[in-house]
Amino acid sequence: MIDVRYFASLRETLGLSHERVAVPSPSTVAGLVHTLAEAHGGRWEEALRAGRVLVAVNQQVATFAAPVQDGDEVAFFPPVTGG
Amino acid sequence: MQLRISIQHADFSLQEETAALRRLSSNLGALVTFSGLVRELHDEGAVKGLFLEHYPGMTESSLEAIALEAGRRWPLTGVTIIHRIGELRAGDQIVFVATASAHRAAAFSACEFIMDYLKTRAPFWKKCLAEDGEFWVAAKDSDQAASERW
Repeated sequence: MIDVRYFASLRETLGLSHERVAVPSPSTVAGLVHTLAEAHGGRWEEALRAGRVLVAVNQQVATFAAPVQDGDEVAFFPPVTGG
Repeated sequence: MQLRISIQHADFSLQEETAALRRLSSNLGALVTFSGLVRELHDEGAVKGLFLEHYPGMTESSLEAIALEAGRRWPLTGVTIIHRIGELRAGDQIVFVATASAHRAAAFSACEFIMDYLKTRAPFWKKCLAEDGEFWVAAKDSDQAASERW
């Protein structure tokens, strides 16, 4: 299972902060997004594929081509605005 | 290099934080501090306050990575980074960065570097709380440009 997390405006848009999903192993972030879109509908893929959405795999910033496997934590979030 | 990183709801004391850094070494020649405050006026209008969300775990590790990168670029004795989370009001302190070194050039540059990197790399998000509702702050291109000059 993959731990998927959503933050800030993306969490509010999707109405969800956390979920666990199974993906065929090995997969990528893009593959995970495809799985999520199949489960939730096209709106989900649209939100996650939006221009400036960032992704982190195991709390390290990654790309949609990054590999993911069972046990990973994958987070999606908008550009950061701290400080 | 001594490193202190804290993500907290509570306010912080400049005096206590700088005193702790001064105790690190008798050879400290420079101590630079930056305090970020919650402004009342944003591009979108007046706000009552902010709500700060973050990504527990990744926040701490990204701030540590930024501080360690500063330590590789400049000779630093100590670095302190404090970032508040939760609900804050206009005028509140929100972020604190202090850099201690033998000489001022390193301390000045490292403090600015850490803030520029924090603003574009640490997973915090600000939501403005205004009279007529709430809205998420958009990332600024000028912050991205500031972090790319290092």
